[in-house]
Amino acid sequence: MLKKNKHGFKLVSLLLVLAIIAVGCTPKNETGNSGNGGSDAAGKKEFRMNLSEQPPTLDPAQVQDQVSATVLNGIYEGLLRKDEKGNDVAGIAKDWKISDDGLTYTFNLRDDAKWSNGDPVTANDFVYAWKRVLDPDLKPAAAAYAYQLYYIKNAEKYNTGADGVTADDVAVKAVDEHTLEVTLNSPTPYFLSLMSFTTYFPVHQSVKDNEAWATDAKTIITNGSFKMTEWKKNTSITLVPNENYYAKDDVKLSKVFFTMVNDSGTELSMYQTDKLDYAGMPTGLIPTEQFETLKKSNPDEFKVKGTASIYYYMFNIKQEPFNNQKIRQALSMAISRQDITDKIALGGEKPAFGFVPPGIKGEKEDFRAEVSDAYFTEDIEAAKKLLAEGLQELGLSKMPTVKLAYNTNDKHQKIAEAIAAMWKTNLGVDTSIENQEWGVFIDNRNRLNYEVARGGNGADYNDPMTFIDLYTSKSGNNNTGFASKEYDDMVKKAYATDNQKERMQAMARAEQILIESRAVAPLFYYSSVYMIKPGYEGIFMDYKGDIDYNRGSYVGK
Amino acid sequence: MVRYVLQKLLFMLISIFVLASATFFLMKAIPGNPFQSEKNVPPAIQERLNEQYGLNDPLGVQYLHYMNNLLHFDLGLSMKQQYTSVVDVIKNGFIYSLQLGIFAIILAIAAGIVLGLIAALNHRKFLDAFTIFIAVLGVSIPNFVVAAGLQYIFGVKLGWLSVAGLNDPTDFILPVVALSFLPAAFIARLTRSSMLEVLTADYIKTARAKGLSGRIILIRHALRNAILPVVTYVGPMTANIITGSVIIEQIFGIGGLGKSFVNSITNRDYTLIMGVTLFYAVILMLARFLTDIAYGLVDPRIKLSRKGG
Repeated sequence: MLKKNKHGFKLVSLLLVLAIIAVGCTPKNETGNSGNGGSDAAGKKEFRMNLSEQPPTLDPAQVQDQVSATVLNGIYEGLLRKDEKGNDVAGIAKDWKISDDGLTYTFNLRDDAKWSNGDPVTANDFVYAWKRVLDPDLKPAAAAYAYQLYYIKNAEKYNTGADGVTADDVAVKAVDEHTLEVTLNSPTPYFLSLMSFTTYFPVHQSVKDNEAWATDAKTIITNGSFKMTEWKKNTSITLVPNENYYAKDDVKLSKVFFTMVNDSGTELSMYQTDKLDYAGMPTGLIPTEQFETLKKSNPDEFKVKGTASIYYYMFNIKQEPFNNQKIRQALSMAISRQDITDKIALGGEKPAFGFVPPGIKGEKEDFRAEVSDAYFTEDIEAAKKLLAEGLQELGLSKMPTVKLAYNTNDKHQKIAEAIAAMWKTNLGVDTSIENQEWGVFIDNRNRLNYEVARGGNGADYNDPMTFIDLYTSKSGNNNTGFASKEYDDMVKKAYATDNQKERMQAMARAEQILIESRAVAPLFYYSSVYMIKPGYEGIFMDYKGDIDYNRGSYVGK
Repeated sequence: MVRYVLQKLLFMLISIFVLASATFFLMKAIPGNPFQSEKNVPPAIQERLNEQYGLNDPLGVQYLHYMNNLLHFDLGLSMKQQYTSVVDVIKNGFIYSLQLGIFAIILAIAAGIVLGLIAALNHRKFLDAFTIFIAVLGVSIPNFVVAAGLQYIFGVKLGWLSVAGLNDPTDFILPVVALSFLPAAFIARLTRSSMLEVLTADYIKTARAKGLSGRIILIRHALRNAILPVVTYVGPMTANIITGSVIIEQIFGIGGLGKSFVNSITNRDYTLIMGVTLFYAVILMLARFLTDIAYGLVDPRIKLSRKGG
């Protein structure tokens, strides 16, 4: 073995020499933006992380994905920002007023906010940006996330072309250069927290003259702490501090450098060889099988954080035998969630018995701390009994083979295999697990063409409603056939009031109805694993797993 | 010759037409659409998007529309990478695949021929056996294993070269070596066996009898003939390397066209799927076409058509 290797080296070195010759013979057209770290004279430092892929768009109106949002959060700033604790703090708006009925918001913009080209950021920029998001004729495509603005009065009607409503009717207006007034459909206590969401970012009004403005570093005009200086397609993005930013003294990093390496092993190697300062979620990945080793070798750098997302299985309750509640209940109770999180997921996930994950704000503190998720317990004996009863109710002698669908992914597969094994051992139920390609999977789920399927949901905003309203009977995301009048009433009730206590009670009741219906079997609350080099401060992951590097700094080891 | 070229070009056009049609209908037959995600967008917005991209039209109309655009060399806009034309996506990715590919081809040919020669000239000696051993290894080890091994040894352990990216000229070394490993091994074997055959041929004996020096015989007489099978292989190899570097690109974090191609299918980015498929098809066809021509040039015995030539 050793000997072989030695000869192998000879060949490799020969090939290497030839490679160097080959490379040396050609013109060097790579100018080489050094991805290499290092401090400059002022002791500032750059921050390098991996996006895994090219952001599909950097137009705030069009952004739907985390990769784009990670870049956008550095180069744009909304009316409000979020601090490290998740509080909504002044951003482009210096203060704001909410009317007594909770419907009208008046934002006073700071006078010194500027675009990266030096133009002032005005209330009109927000009006323009928001109406642009809602414009059904936006070119080349309407904004898929336009519905994030449906809280605003007449926004939905303008966007869908209902009742002849035009852009002028949308209830957002610039009272003057620095005063923005918004009227909502119903009191929405979390509306302020939406002000730091990408879809609500302003855009410079010059974008109307150039459809492709968001595809090139030269034409993107932004208003955040950083500005983009280079976008090498499929390779890297470079941000530097925006000298026109109103709080430019708070921006300490000398540069933010994003790579686009789509391989978790390579990403980790780059981190280990000091080509990256940050690896892992939200936009990268650390190989699961390395978790244990890294925890031991780099205990100060290896971090795990809950990210307000839920992993669950859904049942098609229109399909026999899953139309029987006892059978669904039995399947859900016969799963050992702790085994799934400890032996398979391995990333610090927590067993889930509810639908709203920890990290979501409740009345005063965390919703999950205020409302326990002990809606049911795992109990194999009880599950067996329920299964037998359920089968009898349906007139079946034996449970037919369960078809369990998931989309192609290593982790999903391992989890499905483990659960199939649990159902077999605990209940004697056979399962055929079906690996489906992403598009096919989503399509099957939407058309209720499945028996049991994997589901996952993250938060759009920091309120239980972001999870609860997925399962109203009219929701386009309710792919189970579950419909409950009481559930719908509870959601309506929560929407109608701004009394946080009443809202939380209504949503807690809704959650209980959903879980007790057994239309979904919660498995675990997600968490994110990432690594960051020692010496960085102020770079943090927010409640939903987005990374915020705007106020980050390098203080040394 | 001209007739032959024209004939080939006509066949290429027909192939492209058939391929475009087949891809179009197959692609539309897969469930899903470009705007899907775990959380569905409201139906009204979905409908609006379908309309804007013409996805509500009957399939036949969509097909004719696409073909008409294709005739005008218009590949359209990517549906996922917004405001970016398919041509730009191809350009942005292909530049990397092409650079890597060219270096890898040069390396594979150079290393392959040199190794093959060494083996042939040391027939039945240690160097021969050793080279063949390496060549067998090269042919049988998948290139992603080679890539990961090189990355680990030179990038992580020794730290001589960076593990990923193409920011520096030296960054080319590892992916290029990984990419050329298999073809180099294959060429070495080809060269060796045809060299051995040629060296025993009568005309080599004649040349020796004439008293020509060993080097002249080797280069001017033997190698020139022994290289023929290699030339046949270079065409398909070129196409393979340039279109098939996707795994190597992934391991070394290079955003080549292969990645865009794979993503386009997952995303149901219809215009991009069509564009890249056709682009790859043209490359493959051109590579074969050029091989045929080159073969004729190297070996005068081969006539490209019965008439002319």
